[in-house]
Amino acid sequence: MFVKIVNAMSVWAIPIMIVGFVGYGLIKKVKVYECFTEGAKEGFQTGVRIIPFLVAILCAIGVFRASGAMDLLTKALSPITNLIGMPGEVLPMAFMRPLSGSGARGIMTELVTTHGPQSLIGRMAAVMNGSTDTTFYVLAVYFGSVQIKKTRHALPAGLLADLAGILAAAWVTRLFFK
Amino acid sequence: MINYIWAGMLIIGFVVGAATGNLEAVTKAAIDNAQSAFELSLGLVGVMSLWLGLMRIAEESGIVEKLARALKPVTVRLFPDVPPEHPAMGAMIMNLAANVLGLGDAATPLGLKAMQELQKLNPVKDTATDAMCMFLAINTSSVTLISATTVAVLAAAGSANPTEIIGPTIIATACSTTVGIIAAKLLSKLPRFRMQANPGEQQEG
Repeated sequence: MFVKIVNAMSVWAIPIMIVGFVGYGLIKKVKVYECFTEGAKEGFQTGVRIIPFLVAILCAIGVFRASGAMDLLTKALSPITNLIGMPGEVLPMAFMRPLSGSGARGIMTELVTTHGPQSLIGRMAAVMNGSTDTTFYVLAVYFGSVQIKKTRHALPAGLLADLAGILAAAWVTRLFFK
Repeated sequence: MINYIWAGMLIIGFVVGAATGNLEAVTKAAIDNAQSAFELSLGLVGVMSLWLGLMRIAEESGIVEKLARALKPVTVRLFPDVPPEHPAMGAMIMNLAANVLGLGDAATPLGLKAMQELQKLNPVKDTATDAMCMFLAINTSSVTLISATTVAVLAAAGSANPTEIIGPTIIATACSTTVGIIAAKLLSKLPRFRMQANPGEQQEG
């Protein structure tokens, strides 16, 4: 039931927003067409402005992933994560999640197919995937778009949230599917 | 911090790549990703223009302001430095709403719009404000009701009940968002993260 409602909301949200905004604009006597194009002008500048930041962050993530450093990190840390009930196989997922959305999705797909979608590992990877978002990418793009260089506590706060999301995912999956 | 992490990822990547004989693949990853970063940025332009255009209509007609006013009790606590009816509030609310509904395409342009509005309130243009850090902490901890891609992957792999992970995911993401909010609030008070400028100046916006 809940799922159906939320799915319906996802399908209807964009059409309602577009029709609602434009319709309400007309009622309020806004010159909707001119207004739209005026706002849309900023799209290109914003797209171009984030290029350097996206290149920097995606290169670093690509290099780190391709090198196999992730595997080494996983091996080194798996004794610790075993203690908190997170199987070593899920650890690459935990590291990839803040770095890259497509990377995390790749690892999740692999874990789900190898271990089965209703195995503990498969379920844990799936819950982890939805528990948090790609902190590095979002920070680079969002701050880059307004030329902010000193990001203060944004990264530590984002990473703490990621850590909490990953630990919570491991705990909640065990709780639900025991 | 970002300097060390960025440099660390590159240096460790190349050193480990050289040690494991992956060097060519690592170099290729750097070049390929530079290319795809560029394509990704340009690929965003169309959707971004669409949403920025719609947002401008919403602003002109006063919807954004109404939305911001409705959620004022929550937003003034999270973002005390942002005037409750400032366009930044509206854009942040729209971005978070798009995230909750899993509308990734709409979320990024709205989020970037919110950052631009927050930047207008920023007295020190190269330094993040408390409000920006709070916004990103909530944003990156992803309050999504249904992660559609995850459910799709589980279904494709033959799960008998692919939506079973929705409940646990909501709990996990609630934990990460709560920690993100608390961390953003507490860390902003640490001496090493404090703003140089007098935060009182932001109130005038």
